[in-house]
Amino acid sequence: MSSLAPPVRIPHLDVTGRVAFHRILLSEWTKLRSVRSTKWSLVVGFLLTIAFPVIFSLVTRSHWHSMSARERSGRHPLDIALAGVNVAQLAIAVLGVLLVSAEYSTGSIRSTFTAAPKRLPVLWAKVLDYAVVSLVLIVPAVLVSFFASQAILHTIHPLHISFTQSGVARSVLGGALYVMLVGTFALAIGAIVRNTAGGIAAFAAIFFVLPPLMFVLPQSWNNAISQYLPSEAGRQVFALHHAAHTLRPLTGGLLFAGYCALALAIAAVLLVRRDV
Amino acid sequence: MIRAQDLTKDYGSKRAVDGLSFTVQPGIVTGFLGPNGSGKSTTMRLILGLDAPTRGDVTVNERRYRDHPSPLHEVGALLEARSVHTGRSAYNHLLALAQTHGIPKRRVSELIDLVGLHEVASKRTGGFSLGMGQRLGIAQALLGDPKTVMLDEPVNGLDPEGIHWVRNLLRGLAAEGRTVFVSSHLMTEMALTADHLIVIGKGKLIADTSVDDFVARASQKVVLVRSPELERLRATLEGPGVSFAPAERDALEVHGLTVEQVGEAAADASIVLHGLTPQQASLEEAFMNLTRDELEFATETEKAVA
Repeated sequence: MSSLAPPVRIPHLDVTGRVAFHRILLSEWTKLRSVRSTKWSLVVGFLLTIAFPVIFSLVTRSHWHSMSARERSGRHPLDIALAGVNVAQLAIAVLGVLLVSAEYSTGSIRSTFTAAPKRLPVLWAKVLDYAVVSLVLIVPAVLVSFFASQAILHTIHPLHISFTQSGVARSVLGGALYVMLVGTFALAIGAIVRNTAGGIAAFAAIFFVLPPLMFVLPQSWNNAISQYLPSEAGRQVFALHHAAHTLRPLTGGLLFAGYCALALAIAAVLLVRRDV
Repeated sequence: MIRAQDLTKDYGSKRAVDGLSFTVQPGIVTGFLGPNGSGKSTTMRLILGLDAPTRGDVTVNERRYRDHPSPLHEVGALLEARSVHTGRSAYNHLLALAQTHGIPKRRVSELIDLVGLHEVASKRTGGFSLGMGQRLGIAQALLGDPKTVMLDEPVNGLDPEGIHWVRNLLRGLAAEGRTVFVSSHLMTEMALTADHLIVIGKGKLIADTSVDDFVARASQKVVLVRSPELERLRATLEGPGVSFAPAERDALEVHGLTVEQVGEAAADASIVLHGLTPQQASLEEAFMNLTRDELEFATETEKAVA
């Protein structure tokens, strides 16, 4: 109007693409890899998953000669090899919550849903990307853990265990599967709660507070209920021996996957219905 | 083209947008004007389907936003405040959005250069100034080469050079036949940029008019009249839509009549006039009068109900 400067011209775009699931998958992958804190958390989670079994193996080997027979019988090589899973699950869970909650706290969710207004594919893409990333990281981590700890422990006869032994491969890989499902569950919680602190608190309550609370109940109730908790059901995937009042690995794994599916279903319904 | 019909949004018991109906035409810049908190940003969120309307409907280019298979090619939006992850770089933020539509990387770089963010493209946006954030938002809005561009307070935080650039950009976009919808709480800014105005207050439509009409109406209908017979003159001029404001001695400010109307009425009644001057109400005043009237009306209605 008043200005004599020529109007700004924006360059034209010669392609017109439609929103498609494989594109949202790529977009979510870009988001996942492009936040520095996410990358570092994954790297630290990966290293700790290996570091703990290695340290525990070294400590166990150096103390073996001074252990009582009773104490020795309580050691199991697979418990040592998979000690890192307990650490990894926390790292993967916190990141899972953050992947969604950080979008709300920063407001980037508005950009996300402007580009993909159908919303649901965004949730599925986040879950799929994250599941693949956590498996790609944790499968090698548990394998390295197993063979590293065995390299240290194999000289001690009762602590020697072979990967081909019945149930061992399933337990080791099950540990990775468990961590992947924990990440999925946490991501769904993040999408339901939409707040980082609240999401992490909710996850911690379900995984770390609820199980010990069960011990307040009468023994028979605890025995009956505990095995169906998400964390307890999930852990059977990487338990080598079947203990009393626990589910079989397959049953436990399926139940835990069911909990994940339920959490995702709730997240999906809320995602479509709620204002952003 | 954006078309809203009876658009209404309640947040709890608070009504943020109240029965808005309007059409935003392509080829011109339409200003969306209203005081802070009048419902502009809410309306824009409703247009993008981020919030669901309580009642009514809004379409962009004849379809609801979420029903478009390629929404970024239809509407490019700059939303209020931040809608960027602070830990991600400007480049990656735009890349992730571009990838949802299969828009090539080269487009992302092109727009980063266009808005002048080349130097900081790989820096995390958390450290961006308000002005840099606005530039990134504008790049985001233009990413899909959209038919409709919708910007919420785009000049907020920009320096004079940046403001000038945005004005030129908006006029250029409209000249290419796009629909351009820009919100602001500053009337003067809109007068420089917009061709058409949609004015809202307390979520309600107050005016839907061309800027020229608005300016003309605002500046024509205030007249300062000087006369030794003020009382008689006042009685002669009285009528619907006419009001008076006291001025200096022997003078009266008449609102709602043109210079011609006042002069002719005085001549008919044989009233001597010593002076007859059109008053230039500033645009900002006109806008405030308009919204104040609306607010007073609302308060009076509330009183009447109570």
